[in-house]
Amino acid sequence: MNNATPSRSRRAAALEASRARALARTPAQSVVHGAIQSLPFLLVIVPFGLLFGVVATNSGLNLAEVMGFTVLVLAGASQFTAVQLMTDHAPIWLVILSSLAVNLRMAMYSASLVPWLGAASGPSRAAVAYALIDQTYVLSIDYFQNTPKLSLPQRLGYFTGTSLVMCGAWILFSMIGATAGRMIPAGIPLDFAIPITFLAMIAPALRSPAHIAAATVAVIVSLFLVGLPAGVGPMIAALLAMATGAAVETVMIRRRGGSAS
Amino acid sequence: MTYGSAHIWLVIVIVGLGTFLLRFSFLGAIGNRTMPPWVLRLLRYTAVAVLPALSAPLVVFPEATGGQTDPARLAAGIATLSIGMITRNALAAIIGGAGTLAVGLYLS
Repeated sequence: MNNATPSRSRRAAALEASRARALARTPAQSVVHGAIQSLPFLLVIVPFGLLFGVVATNSGLNLAEVMGFTVLVLAGASQFTAVQLMTDHAPIWLVILSSLAVNLRMAMYSASLVPWLGAASGPSRAAVAYALIDQTYVLSIDYFQNTPKLSLPQRLGYFTGTSLVMCGAWILFSMIGATAGRMIPAGIPLDFAIPITFLAMIAPALRSPAHIAAATVAVIVSLFLVGLPAGVGPMIAALLAMATGAAVETVMIRRRGGSAS
Repeated sequence: MTYGSAHIWLVIVIVGLGTFLLRFSFLGAIGNRTMPPWVLRLLRYTAVAVLPALSAPLVVFPEATGGQTDPARLAAGIATLSIGMITRNALAAIIGGAGTLAVGLYLS
């Protein structure tokens, strides 16, 4: 590619074609599509789930307790936080508070899905809320934003597909980890599954200067605030990063001569 | 672990219930009502704000090394991010990052 223009128009044509395909899918086909697009994340959910089963069992939890966490909480990072703090003999209120702080981002996910899924029925919204994890959220919001004209059943179908694969795998592999996890070689650095997943999920979304500015602020501020209790530093960093992204977007719209409402 | 079964289940139920309420908060309470444009603008940056904020400390001060910066994990984090940004492909980023970590740990 010597020249940016043909490449850009080719990319635009590919995006148009993928939008047309998305709009033509029935809700059932959207479920399948969501499930297929989740498959790459199995590479991370599977070891992450196994790891939780192994770590929780080694900390002294029985199978029922491991599965209680996995099915009722269904949020990897906070499950690890809770088990870690209980192993460290932290007071129970600190265990609960820290684990919930790690999940504060879920409220932001919930809010950002309102424009796309807010019109769904009460039970549907409750089901979406139950299955709202990082992977189902990131996959779905990207799909919804790329094809804004999807119908509500198409959106719910896509989310359902991602949930079946992601949450199903999380539950299944936590159980396998809790029952058969001692067979995993000790040398494998499973600890790094969390940051690699998170980074791999956001990198493709860094598509504008505003997104890049937001991510940069998030990284710098969270590194400065590592001394704060679990979950607090990242939350402050994320709020500042969101404000940064919105501010950069506003400046760019003004520079292009548009009105920034 | 000094926690008895009753305490463990107390943590599970409260964290589970609290997490569900966080997830249901806006979807449940706001429903179909429209939100002001500035709120929507902020929310567009949720994912690219929260996930890097959670990841950066794990990459730079990994628990596996007791919080000491580890060249292998730092390189793996940078590789994951760079490959993801260049290829726009999460799977390529995961494989590249894991491969970098494996090579880095082997060399160190």
